[in-house]
Amino acid sequence: MTESLPPGGAIGANPSFVDLVRQARPEALPMAESTAGELRLPHGTTVLGLKFADGVIMAGDRRATSGNLVADTKIRKVFPADERSAIAIAGAAGQALEIVKLFQLELEHYEKITGDRLSLEGKANRLAQMIRQNLPAAMQGLVVVPLFGGFDDRRGEGRIFYYDATGGRWEEDDYQTTGSGGLPAKNSLKKRWRPGLDRTAAIRIAVEALIDASEDDTATGGPDSIRGIFPNVVAITTDGAEDVPEAEVATAVEAVLQERSA
Amino acid sequence: MSFMPYVPPEQLMKDRSEFAHKGIARGKSVIGLEYADGIMFIAENPSATLHKISEIYDRIAFAGVGKYSEFEDLRISGVRLADLRGYSYGREDVRARDLANAYSQALSTIFTQQMKPYEVEILVGEVAEDGGHDEIYHVLFDGTVTDEHGFVAIGGHAEDLTNAVKAAYQPGWDLPTAVREAVKALSTAEGRDVEAGSIETGVLDRTRAARRKFRRLSEAEVAATLAD
Repeated sequence: MTESLPPGGAIGANPSFVDLVRQARPEALPMAESTAGELRLPHGTTVLGLKFADGVIMAGDRRATSGNLVADTKIRKVFPADERSAIAIAGAAGQALEIVKLFQLELEHYEKITGDRLSLEGKANRLAQMIRQNLPAAMQGLVVVPLFGGFDDRRGEGRIFYYDATGGRWEEDDYQTTGSGGLPAKNSLKKRWRPGLDRTAAIRIAVEALIDASEDDTATGGPDSIRGIFPNVVAITTDGAEDVPEAEVATAVEAVLQERSA
Repeated sequence: MSFMPYVPPEQLMKDRSEFAHKGIARGKSVIGLEYADGIMFIAENPSATLHKISEIYDRIAFAGVGKYSEFEDLRISGVRLADLRGYSYGREDVRARDLANAYSQALSTIFTQQMKPYEVEILVGEVAEDGGHDEIYHVLFDGTVTDEHGFVAIGGHAEDLTNAVKAAYQPGWDLPTAVREAVKALSTAEGRDVEAGSIETGVLDRTRAARRKFRRLSEAEVAATLAD
């Protein structure tokens, strides 16, 4: 085979896209070589995931900060990873978005090479390995800590995983948050989360937790109905992983604000 | 020191070519055709899991006939090339023409330099945003590449199949008509009724909202279409 078409290898095609990039274009991987500790890079802040009756809701605020400055007011931190899962990121934004892109491609590449979708367990493990590979960069300040949620077709239920910077992976039973505003958001969810919430209620407590986080954490952006900035919410159910329409999120935000102003 | 007997290059190419032709002629066939909403690939394939037709990228699909292990190798290489290209540059920079050229180069090298040529023929299709700009490339075992318009048949009964499709083909068929007519052509070429259960169909459907336009038609969908 020619150089432009790399051969399959000795036995079995390696379905990993990350391995392929490392072999063919190592310079394209998001790996930090030099110290980034001194750089003031944009950081993404609060994201959360919670289970509800039909699956999992993942949500994130829209602010990225660089030191004491707001670097971005409309950053997106929650992404469908494939048709059955979503990933939410907190930490060094540039590095995190690159890892999301690589993870999405990893899942798509696996699916195309093998003809099968990875199991949810397999996806969660693969993400842990990718975060672990980012550890040298994390030591230099480029910490990336994702939440991963998906619908497990084999078990017929939604599942949530969270990670630390070393690639440590834990499964969460009901809800989890991460990022700078993670603690107030988690406290908020602790008071409001119940098993078997319907979609409307689940979206509402998700945005309410983000609003609570934005009140206690300066790095978390609150909703801004004047500029039309609302949290970014993804629902993962048997129908797939899809963005919740902004109008639906806006309605939930209005309901929460209405209640608080009364 | 051993001496190889002299074989004229004409003879060598002819022998290899005959060998590859024979291998391909033993196998099943694939039809690729343009219909109203995109490109359809259809084949008789008794296996539901060892595919002849597959997705390569968002708008690109692949079909192969001949030796499974060989066209599978080409398919995997194609997915790698496409994914790497899309990651390094942009998703819209992955084009079927580049892929067809890469396949052509690879097959040509194998044909001239390896012990035996690949016994395969492949199709690479790319669906455009609007009709009339769809692309189908046909790559032969020796690297010959052609771009096809309307329809193309490759594999064991390519010639009979081409004649059968040619007799019926109308541009702008809807999907059910395309499936029915293609199955009819497959049956004519094989000289027996091809059953819905052994039909493999994949389409690149430009009307799909998702980024990935490739979709397999399920056995039930094909059966329902044929029953109409």
